[in-house]
Amino acid sequence: MGLLVSLLLLLAAAPAHAMHISEGILPLDWAALWFVLAAPFVVAGVRQLNRLSHGDLSFKPLVGLMAAVVFIISCMPVPVPTAGTCSHPCGTGIAAILVGPLVSVVISTVALLIQALVMAHGGLSTLGADIVSMGVVGSFAGWGAFRALRSAGLGLGPAAFAAGVATDWATYLTTSFELASGIRGSEPLIPLVTKIVLAFVPTQLPLGLLEGAMTAGMVTLLARKRPDLLVKMKLMTIREVSGHA
Amino acid sequence: MPDRKRRLKILLLHAILLPTLLYVYSFFTLAPKTWTGVDEAVVEKVAKEHGREAKPPLVNTDQGDLLLFVFLAGGAVGGFVAGYFWRQLIGEKKGPKG
Repeated sequence: MGLLVSLLLLLAAAPAHAMHISEGILPLDWAALWFVLAAPFVVAGVRQLNRLSHGDLSFKPLVGLMAAVVFIISCMPVPVPTAGTCSHPCGTGIAAILVGPLVSVVISTVALLIQALVMAHGGLSTLGADIVSMGVVGSFAGWGAFRALRSAGLGLGPAAFAAGVATDWATYLTTSFELASGIRGSEPLIPLVTKIVLAFVPTQLPLGLLEGAMTAGMVTLLARKRPDLLVKMKLMTIREVSGHA
Repeated sequence: MPDRKRRLKILLLHAILLPTLLYVYSFFTLAPKTWTGVDEAVVEKVAKEHGREAKPPLVNTDQGDLLLFVFLAGGAVGGFVAGYFWRQLIGEKKGPKG
């Protein structure tokens, strides 16, 4: 059944670019502003990556694996029947949960840079804006939702589901804001942001739920197969692991 | 009887899954959808309304088999670099000489 559904999805799939803002859409001053906003997060992420990998030798391979996951997920076109369009999940939610939001920003930067360079998936001049929406806001929204719900006593699965949803919707909200602020001219900002958000809703509403389910699936699978990894990343306690087993 | 209960469960599962699959299939095949990406359907459309149009990418790999070559070259270079720096990458410490 799963194979059949996957085949149907593949047959119906078309090349899709989604939250990535294409080359030339944003005026140069706005594009530069988003680069300036993204830069401190990328620098802090690289420092965090160096610090964590210094103490734990297995951290770098895990980050490499997460980079591959984010790269694939963020260029995976998913047809959404309710809208008749294609879009993609972000994948930064699962990355932020597993390796932290700052390292997830670095992962997104690498994924987005490769996509812009070799696949024309998002522009090079708009890379800063794409890093801010998918990398910074997506990672922190997912990580924040996950941590808040775990602190409130929610299970791994539901918290990861909320993180996936928060990542996806926050990314597209930010893209709407970035686009509106760059192209509005003399038009008021809020109505234009609302218009873009509403245009995204038919596609991203179900896709956000899909991203939530995907994130929850990955985290619960890890909890079953590699609970040691989740304990090491402080996502679970040893007591919870013994409870699972 | 547990066997009867199991059979009923399987029947119920099929009663739900098969119509759902047919419904999804009809969406994908019968509905007049173009499956364009939301960047085209939303981002570029709204930008065009406000006088901004997408420019061709600075690095255009959409020419024949160029993208395949780029991936091949990237894989070869990445593989070489990863192999050359393998010990640093996996964190293997240099042992004492001799």
